Amino acid sequence: MSKKAEHTPTFEESAKAYLDNTQLRRNIGHATHTIRDKRENVVDEMPDWEALREAGDAIKTHTMRHLDEYLLQLEESVQEAGGQVHWARDAEEANQIITGLVKGKKVNEAVKVKSITTDEIGLNKALAEEGIQALETDLAELIVQLAGDEPSHILVPAIHKNRAEIRELFKEKLNKDELSDRPEDLAEAARLYLRKKFLNAKVGISGANFAVAETGTVAVVESEGNGRMCTTLPDTLITVMGIEKVIPRWRDFEVFMQLLPRSSTAERMNPYNSFWTGVTEGDGPQEFHVVLLDNGRTKVLADEMGRQTLNCIRCSACLNVCPVYERTGGHAYNSVYPGPIGAILTPQLKGLDDEGAASLPYASTLCGACYEVCPVKINIPDVLVHLRGKIVDEQKRNGGLKSKFEPEHIGMKLLSRAFANSKRYERAQKVARSGQKLFADEGVISKLPGYLSKWTNTRDLKAIPDQTFREWWRQRDE
Amino acid sequence: MQISLFITCFNDTLFPETGRAMVQLLERLGHTVTFPMEQTCCGQMHYNTGYQEETIPLVRKFVDVFEGAEAIVAPSASCVGMVKEFYPKVADRADDKVLAGKVDKMIPRVFELSQFLVEELGVEDVGAYYPHRVTYHPTCHSLRMLDVGDAPVRLLRNVRGLELIELPDSEQCCGFGGTFAVKNAETSTAMLGDKMCNIKSTGAEVCTAADNSCLMHIGGGLQRQSSGVETVHLAEILASTE
Ligand code: SF4
Repeated sequence: MSKKAEHTPTFEESAKAYLDNTQLRRNIGHATHTIRDKRENVVDEMPDWEALREAGDAIKTHTMRHLDEYLLQLEESVQEAGGQVHWARDAEEANQIITGLVKGKKVNEAVKVKSITTDEIGLNKALAEEGIQALETDLAELIVQLAGDEPSHILVPAIHKNRAEIRELFKEKLNKDELSDRPEDLAEAARLYLRKKFLNAKVGISGANFAVAETGTVAVVESEGNGRMCTTLPDTLITVMGIEKVIPRWRDFEVFMQLLPRSSTAERMNPYNSFWTGVTEGDGPQEFHVVLLDNGRTKVLADEMGRQTLNCIRCSACLNVCPVYERTGGHAYNSVYPGPIGAILTPQLKGLDDEGAASLPYASTLCGACYEVCPVKINIPDVLVHLRGKIVDEQKRNGGLKSKFEPEHIGMKLLSRAFANSKRYERAQKVARSGQKLFADEGVISKLPGYLSKWTNTRDLKAIPDQTFREWWRQRDE
Repeated sequence: MQISLFITCFNDTLFPETGRAMVQLLERLGHTVTFPMEQTCCGQMHYNTGYQEETIPLVRKFVDVFEGAEAIVAPSASCVGMVKEFYPKVADRADDKVLAGKVDKMIPRVFELSQFLVEELGVEDVGAYYPHRVTYHPTCHSLRMLDVGDAPVRLLRNVRGLELIELPDSEQCCGFGGTFAVKNAETSTAMLGDKMCNIKSTGAEVCTAADNSCLMHIGGGLQRQSSGVETVHLAEILASTE
């Protein structure tokens, strides 16, 4: 984004509230553990899983390297099949295009499915400003929308809510006096409500899991079938997709249709896999638009190391195994892309001058669990560290910009100097050892001042012993 | 074999007993150990926190100190991971082909202790005696970066008197993560809380691992709770005798 980013809260600031919410932690912990275990089982069934991951990585990496060519090919194929292609440089442009299209149809409601990309650009709000209501039809998205909440997971946007909470919400918003909290009953209530909407909808808006350059085919995979309604019942269908969603050939589906469902919902295959190519007379939408969204993606593409971030197929496996996400939930990331993938994608899309976004690469212990499960082998820890490097470089360039980073910056510099010379290093050890005398009690430090108090608030610290290893070694040698 | 000890700044300063245990253990197994006095720090903290420029002199230093060594062995999976995974990247950043060449040549000779014992020396029974109930926490870097697999567990199984109790959810990160423990202290503590619950549920007297950094975090939490469970580095258990 070219405009100066607004201040968004940092991960640390936001995480606090969620860490204290035990109900939320229990909801998320339970849900992620369930999906995590299921995923492992269905992945273990596949003897060629590693080969599939390699293939997924290879196709995506190749595509990113030739993205310009594949996008032009996609444009041509879509047009040939009777669809129209629109290019959007940023969120504003995309919203203008889409609201323009919807307004042209003279409707005040559009049904919408499966699109985090539209959340990324704030489409619902842009439509609302024009008096058009965008109705979420994915069950979880609907829950979040009715609650006036934000999604907290890529795939299970209402992961932070439990059944009882959903029942209360439906009773109120869908005017149900009696409703049990059985999943079937909740789903039925939503279904009855949505059916009416589908039958009257003139415009459908969808996201895309993939778009094939070779054929112009767009694909959405889902569990409920609502997406299929959205993409088939309205006269006009508008698909919004990030430019990274393109894949070269039809046969590439073979790889992704195996990798995606197993990694995301831990299913062997998604219950509904919808593919549509342009328009067909007398069948389905008679007008089809694809909006190809950049919104920072070409910038990501330009960074050789960060580029792999665009290989993501949004399966959310990394969220479900992330120990940080598990504790804080998705909202702490202040982005539609939470969890490990969000921690690398958001700062790259928004720019590292956004304070909130720049805090995200630090929201990880670098434990590597995300890399281990990623179906397209994105080395998330590597990218995290790479981005940390860019953040620090940026801060240094701007003269130590953020004052709270300054002590760290100075400390790191001093330590680097000390470590580069063993004599200086040994002197520093001695200084630290005598300096700690103020805080140590019988070999234990329970309270440290300033920045380091964050350690001792919950943990004791072992004091530096009287003899370092090297002092012992020297003595032994004598 | 002639083994060069890479004790790491963290162990040198805070956990000298781990280094001493390594000396004892490797000598007992019949090897000659040396400790190149010029060594300081591998630069992991700098690198991981984003101070990659500051890591360059530390990498040069490390290479100077250990260049000629036959085997370089450290009691820290994360520092070994730093050398193996990231030194080539630092050399790239320094745009120094000579350094990159030296790093490439050195990497296959850098080992984490348990992996060195089991995979390089082919030893699983180091003749230790440690009559305690012990649970093992596989640290993330030993598990996912170095792929040490069950090397530590094999070694522990052969320690006489030791009762090894499996740690539930053992592969979950303890929440240390270097500067993460301070930058995101609350989240770190929440992760630590679950780790401690699992450790306590085993009824073990001792929790061990291949990294003193994670153990410092876990041990600091356990001590604050006066839990009575101690944290002890794997090297110290393996060095113990009757
Ligand atoms: S980064 Fe990998 S694991 Fe995470 S959502 Fe994307 S594809 Fe899935």
